[in-house]
Amino acid sequence: MSKPIIATASLAGCFGCHMSILDIDDRILQLIELVEFNKSPIDDIKTFTKQCDIGIIEGGCCNSENVEVLKEFRKHCKILISLGECAIMGGLPAMRNGIPVKECLEEAYLNGPTVGLNAEKVMPNDAELPMILDKVYPLHEIVKIDYYLPGCPPRADLIWAAVVALVTGDELNIPYELVKFD
Amino acid sequence: MKDRILNIVENFEKDPGRMMDILLEVQSEFGCVSHEAVSIIASALNVSEVDVTQTRSFYHFFTCQPVGKYAVYVNNSVVSCMKGMSEVVDEFEKVTGIKFGSKTQDGLISLHYTACIGMSDQEPAALINSVVFTELNREKVRKLVADMRAGKAVQEMFTELGDGINAHPLVKSMVKNNIRKAGPVTLGEYTVGKGLMKALGMDSKAVITEVKDSNLRGRGGAGFPTGMKWDFCSRESGDHYVLCNADEGEPGTFKDRVLLTERAHMLFEGMAIAGYAIGAKEGILYLRNEYAYLKAYMESVLTELRNKNILGKNIHGKGFDFDIRVQYGAGAYVCGEESALIESAEGKRGEPRNRPPFPVQKGYKNKPTIINNVETFCSAVKIIENGSAWYKAIGTPESAGTKLLSISGDCKLPGVYEIVWGMSIKEMLDMVGAENVQAVQVAGPSGICLPPSQFDRKIALEDLPTGGSMIVIGKNRDLLKDVVLNFMEFFADESCGSCVTCRSFNMILKNSIEKIVEGHGIKKNIDEMMAWSEILRKTTRCGLGQTSSNPITTTIKNFKELYDMRVKDVEYQSEFDMSKAVKDSCEVVGRPAIIHE
Amino acid sequence: MSEIVKFTIDGKECQGKKGQLIVDAAADNGVYIPVLCHMRDLIPAGSCRICTTKVNGRYMAACTTPVDEGTVVENDTPELLDIRKAIVEMLFVEGNHFCPSCEKSGNCDLQALGYKYQMMAPRFPYAFERRELEASTPKIFLEKNRCIFCKRCVRVIKDDQGRSVFAFKGRGKTLQINIDKKLAANLSDEMAKKAMDICPVGAILRKEVGFVEPIGTKKYDHKPIGSDLKNIYQ
Repeated sequence: MSKPIIATASLAGCFGCHMSILDIDDRILQLIELVEFNKSPIDDIKTFTKQCDIGIIEGGCCNSENVEVLKEFRKHCKILISLGECAIMGGLPAMRNGIPVKECLEEAYLNGPTVGLNAEKVMPNDAELPMILDKVYPLHEIVKIDYYLPGCPPRADLIWAAVVALVTGDELNIPYELVKFD
Repeated sequence: MKDRILNIVENFEKDPGRMMDILLEVQSEFGCVSHEAVSIIASALNVSEVDVTQTRSFYHFFTCQPVGKYAVYVNNSVVSCMKGMSEVVDEFEKVTGIKFGSKTQDGLISLHYTACIGMSDQEPAALINSVVFTELNREKVRKLVADMRAGKAVQEMFTELGDGINAHPLVKSMVKNNIRKAGPVTLGEYTVGKGLMKALGMDSKAVITEVKDSNLRGRGGAGFPTGMKWDFCSRESGDHYVLCNADEGEPGTFKDRVLLTERAHMLFEGMAIAGYAIGAKEGILYLRNEYAYLKAYMESVLTELRNKNILGKNIHGKGFDFDIRVQYGAGAYVCGEESALIESAEGKRGEPRNRPPFPVQKGYKNKPTIINNVETFCSAVKIIENGSAWYKAIGTPESAGTKLLSISGDCKLPGVYEIVWGMSIKEMLDMVGAENVQAVQVAGPSGICLPPSQFDRKIALEDLPTGGSMIVIGKNRDLLKDVVLNFMEFFADESCGSCVTCRSFNMILKNSIEKIVEGHGIKKNIDEMMAWSEILRKTTRCGLGQTSSNPITTTIKNFKELYDMRVKDVEYQSEFDMSKAVKDSCEVVGRPAIIHE
Repeated sequence: MSEIVKFTIDGKECQGKKGQLIVDAAADNGVYIPVLCHMRDLIPAGSCRICTTKVNGRYMAACTTPVDEGTVVENDTPELLDIRKAIVEMLFVEGNHFCPSCEKSGNCDLQALGYKYQMMAPRFPYAFERRELEASTPKIFLEKNRCIFCKRCVRVIKDDQGRSVFAFKGRGKTLQINIDKKLAANLSDEMAKKAMDICPVGAILRKEVGFVEPIGTKKYDHKPIGSDLKNIYQ
């Protein structure tokens, strides 16, 4: 039997969840025994080269590119996991939710304390840039998500336990200390 | 301003318990209760500013910013919408050049929405500076706005007066009674003072026994046995209070409006009888602000009754003292809940209390209090006058007497009907001239939406209990959009917000039904709404939360096909719309939105 | 001496003082009923509804319902646990609870209940309402994004004349917690600390002190909420 294939991505996140994946330390050696990686920053495969079993996504959707990547993942992965607070509820980037996007952009590029660096007061508008969404969306508001692993970041042991359970089909028992929202 | 406000506070003896009256006077005099006013009131009453703001911000007729010289409050309840509110709104916006929720630059006119104002039989209706305008249309709106610009007094903006007491010099209102059917009890023959005279000749316990024996049950909708309530209360020690619930806020109800207009004497007499029965000296009529147009008349009736010694000291020489004051609300549906009403009458935000203790134990000012509906007190007068046996002989074994119905919506003869309990919905529809009926909303939004297959059911406490609201919904209506969504918006606005589940679920359920109406719903959403409604019902403190999901649950039960038609049978559906989501940001930075799908 | 009555919670025989609130009587018997708005010896608010139990077959808030001889309380049933989980989820979507950036994280009762009920993602859509941070008073921040309207501060924090420092403003969806700027200007350090301590979430925070306790030593880092109750009758 071939090994299950995993893909990962960080959308509007800080890569902290990916760091936490690496925090499984030497178990990473076991992990590569268990699974194969496809599109992921871990192996630097940029585009899907095959259908995957598990997609793990960090970060919410704050722009159009995030949405497109997320939809690609949904297309290519049987199971999709929201990893971390940002994926689950938008996280810190979502602190702008509730504030009109106009106000946010003006604060960032026209009125904020750091706009001195932007002497011409230009708002980035190149057609090559992703478009900013009206708010930061939790992943499950855009595509169907199968599992959620909370935490900021989710504890490495939680990620490990969840992935192993998914791959082996064993029951997942999560100790109290592993589920935290911070 | 400061002196005037201090004067008002003085007039109410610097009593924080009269906060509502203080705020009402300030609002009416200055067009708002500003931060400055709050600060003056707070220091005069020696309470904190946040406490004044707490009350001020709870009621929607109190505003922080000044309303227009003419403040127009258009009713946006279901029946008003059915009868053409959108045209009225459109015309107001067109001729004033402003949107609802705002004020003209010169401060002359402000436009507001308000919940049901008790005029469902003559919609679309609006309040302008507390004066009622009914059966509005585009033409009337144009004339009204022209009159406002000409600086006319609001009372002079109409010429035709309503019938009965509506035409009384102290009322002078265009409101019509629309009494379509008078029965033997509340709208039957009535002689002022007869019932009270008889009661005073009886032992107070005997009065309670008489009411108990009559099987009279609360007419506000809950149907609690009135005599039992009076009995419980009379057994408590200390000062007692009689409160009358005239908050009539259930959309589609207006029968108390008619009683207050045509049977004010009877109501006050009923309160006095109750006062005698339970041993109270003071009564309060809690009257919704929407009916403030009756204010001068109410005061004149009270004066008249005092002059006749039906109220006042040593009534009829029997050593019984009793007087009544009128407490006005300021726009909050939840104050129809009895303990919220008490809080409001005490000058606080209208938040329902936890039970126990019950109002009969600890009510107004924490003293034993009975609270009854207007119709209940009126019925009690006739019961004492004619005896319990007479009363019990009317109606069904479990529902004695008559019931006033406020019937509105898609029918030829909307109005008030005093019916004998036990009438079927079908008989009722024939009576009001209703054809092609899709549904009848029984007992208002918090009641049930009844399909034609159940029109043989009886209007009675044991089958279809109602406080009186009956809204006929024709086949041409979009039940989910025109009715259910409107009701859910209403509840989301009117929840006091104290219980987590009521505050949140009403919003969540409103959003769910909106999603379905807009065509984004999936099958799973229907089950979710049922499950969430059940949690809401089980976890809230008062009747509002326990019934506010009824518009959804009763239509899912009785009109499932309307839901099935609108939802998709898929496991997951996102509401995310890329073009909508990027529209604002693209506009702000000045770039075209390029959407790949 | 108040009368001692016998009652049961999920079949377990308990005793309590007649008229004592169920939630307190349960705690005295070592049985945890979750609370957010309740505080012993304070007038019950009955607002968070998380303590919803079945009392003699009816759904009641255990923080407002007194015990009596023979009262039958159902507490730990799948249905009630789901209702409680739903309430926690609801509070999480209603406010803006960014746990990673909150000083109260680890000491927060709402978060602890999220852990207890293993909330992975709320079943309800996030509201993302805009709420304000009120920072203009000298001693405390009022972070309205996190308020769950438990009314603890409203009920407890008064000035020396008994006037309220906190109160509600608005109703329904516009409800918010409000602080009296004039009275708050004279708030003692002791009262400010008390306000922060009784707040079950991170809505009231003291200025000039913060993040004193390191992660790993906070109240709910290692043990679930409610695991420290002792049966005083044994």
